[in-house]
Amino acid sequence: MPPDTEAIAEQVFVALADPSRRSILAVLASGGPATATDLADRLPITRQAIAKHLALLTDAGLVIPEQGERRRVRYRLHSAPMQVAQQFLAALARDWDGPLAALKDHLEGTS
Amino acid sequence: MGFPDRIERTVEIAHPPAKVWAALTTAEGLGTWFGNQASIDLRPGGEAEMKWDEGHKAQMRVERVEEPEIFGFTWNIYGLPDDDPRRTYVEFTLEPAGAGTRLTVVESGFSQLPDEAHRVAVDGNTKGWAAELGELIEYLDAA
Repeated sequence: MPPDTEAIAEQVFVALADPSRRSILAVLASGGPATATDLADRLPITRQAIAKHLALLTDAGLVIPEQGERRRVRYRLHSAPMQVAQQFLAALARDWDGPLAALKDHLEGTS
Repeated sequence: MGFPDRIERTVEIAHPPAKVWAALTTAEGLGTWFGNQASIDLRPGGEAEMKWDEGHKAQMRVERVEEPEIFGFTWNIYGLPDDDPRRTYVEFTLEPAGAGTRLTVVESGFSQLPDEAHRVAVDGNTKGWAAELGELIEYLDAA
């Protein structure tokens, strides 16, 4: 399998393992792009901690900094890495055992 | 060991391949053991669909039809948006085993990277929404 797929997914899972980063991503997902100040107003996290988390999330490609109003940097959620991680979750969540057992029951039970 | 790209299962069924084949490739069969309702156009490139009573559905594209040995289709990756171009490939292989059938299912393609086209599509969508919202604002401002 391509190594970068796993590296991307790992960064997503590392990012999501921290409750503060989950809440930052949740705010961006529900409310759209926001500045570090906006996030500090909305979350029980210090401005410094938010800046640190935003730097990590930017490195992971999960948020993209862009120029906002009055030259303030605002952060926008970038969904592509999430979709890579989601593929892995899909492999884990795919249930073939259930349907195959149902197929066996269907054929053998009705004979 | 990384995440799985493919899932493989084998099951022994006490019925000949012809009967298993019918269960896998007919609307009646698929709509009984797999989905709650199904339709299928059984030819390479044909469309198939399964619906579940809870409300979700799966759209498949038939890829391989080699009666009664190989039946393959692609479908969307579970959990990804319907318009995501990535698909996994599911292949059923039926082998006679005594009076019954050894049925193997392989689903592969979980570890595809989103390609450039995909990135463009995603970015296009994001821009598309911004543009739509911009148009809405203009429409409301003009009213």
